[in-house]
Amino acid sequence: MAKAAESSGDPGTTSPRPLMRDLKAVGKKFMHVLYPRKSNTLLRDWDLWGPLILCVTLALMLQRSSVDSEKDGGPQFAEVFVIVWFGAVTITLNSKLLGGNISFFQSLCVLGYCILPLTVAMLVCRLVLLAEPGPINFMVRLFVVIVMFAWSIVASTAFLADSQPPNRKALAIYPVFLFYFVISWMILTFTPQ
Amino acid sequence: GLQLLSEFGDEATSAANPGATTIHIEGPSESPTHQPGLPRGSGGEEDDELLGNDDSDKTELLAGQKKSSPFWTFEYYQTFFDVDTYQVFDRIKGSVLPIPGKNFVRLYIRSNPDLYGPFWICATLVFAIAISGNLSNFLIHLGEKTYHYVPEFRKVSIAATIIYAYAWLVPLALWGFLMWRNSKVVNIVSYSFLETVCVYGYSLFIYIPTAVLWIIPQKAVRWILVVIALGISGSVLAMTFWPAVREDNRRIALATIVTIVLLHTLLSVGCLAYFFDAPEMDHLPAATVAPNQTVAAAK
Repeated sequence: MAKAAESSGDPGTTSPRPLMRDLKAVGKKFMHVLYPRKSNTLLRDWDLWGPLILCVTLALMLQRSSVDSEKDGGPQFAEVFVIVWFGAVTITLNSKLLGGNISFFQSLCVLGYCILPLTVAMLVCRLVLLAEPGPINFMVRLFVVIVMFAWSIVASTAFLADSQPPNRKALAIYPVFLFYFVISWMILTFTPQ
Repeated sequence: GLQLLSEFGDEATSAANPGATTIHIEGPSESPTHQPGLPRGSGGEEDDELLGNDDSDKTELLAGQKKSSPFWTFEYYQTFFDVDTYQVFDRIKGSVLPIPGKNFVRLYIRSNPDLYGPFWICATLVFAIAISGNLSNFLIHLGEKTYHYVPEFRKVSIAATIIYAYAWLVPLALWGFLMWRNSKVVNIVSYSFLETVCVYGYSLFIYIPTAVLWIIPQKAVRWILVVIALGISGSVLAMTFWPAVREDNRRIALATIVTIVLLHTLLSVGCLAYFFDAPEMDHLPAATVAPNQTVAAAK
């Protein structure tokens, strides 16, 4: 996948471990999402590896087992994938059409990375679901999902809001809210077999 | 008198002459010509030549800078998102509080139709219906021993198809029909395709809170909600399109308005029927448990 050039210099790989460098970059961005501050790192050195990892993880955890694929259950792997990427592209197009000055891939990068809290929520939910089902189980999951949903919104807004014209910020942020809300709903309604 | 519908003079002219009819003629996306010499603003009454000239290049001036880019550039599509937050809120407000006699297009859209509102209102409505339906079915069947909750994810795709098809195809058909009638009877008021899409999109907004309230598992409540939403939404559409058919044959005009409202009814009733299971009349979790227990005890 395309990656913004971080180190100028020789076109050939000079660093001995390019994989480690990439992983470190991804990890650094994860930290930026978990502790959102006004920083340009996420925007400047965009990459799509992080979003891809997160999306695949989320889709793997969300997909229903093959047993009840006939019944109208939860989303399949491909459906989650399509929703996340199609949703992110639509939001990016929307913000560009409204006059935002963020580049296409930068926006995809931010939206993809800010799924991290919700992926964490999915992991927690799956663990909680191993325990006794019941209303307490549901309340715990609901609480976790709500907190992580808010975290995702705050993180993505911190990075995206500045690139929008000031009188259209709300118009650009609302689709982000809808996007993460739908993903949160998919996580919350996940029922294992 | 007849006035130019221009970007700058709008508020002044509409406020000054509330009874005047306005012409809006959509210039097709041919190569536009700008004529900076033509005056704009409230003094534009000398442009009577615009009457009935659908294809005149001079009509491009009505849209101002709007459609100056060819349709394969990104800037062309940006003109359809040229709205500020307060404008979107105003349009939404206008769609839920229809004022008798006020035309939604003239009042709020004013030759600046946007696609932001229709697109995102439809997106929200799709998920509102799918999620509310799912929640409502869950609450209705809660306590039934044989019920296993499923997220019914497939219904999202179905809802999306229905809503987006309605929001694009019905305005297309209506606009085509009005254009055809326009060729036979000169109508004072005519709308561009985008304005039609815009009105339809914003008129669907009322269904978002309606869909959420449909979670309440009472038949009477749901039908009251249908009637209220239809009343508001239908009246916005009727008041918008009545001026466009009023000059026409009485029966055709009435038939058009009736069809518009009928299609709208079909949409809301259809969505209610398909996505929301019927609540049984006196359904309570305790009531379903008790018969099971008595049946079990009898065995």
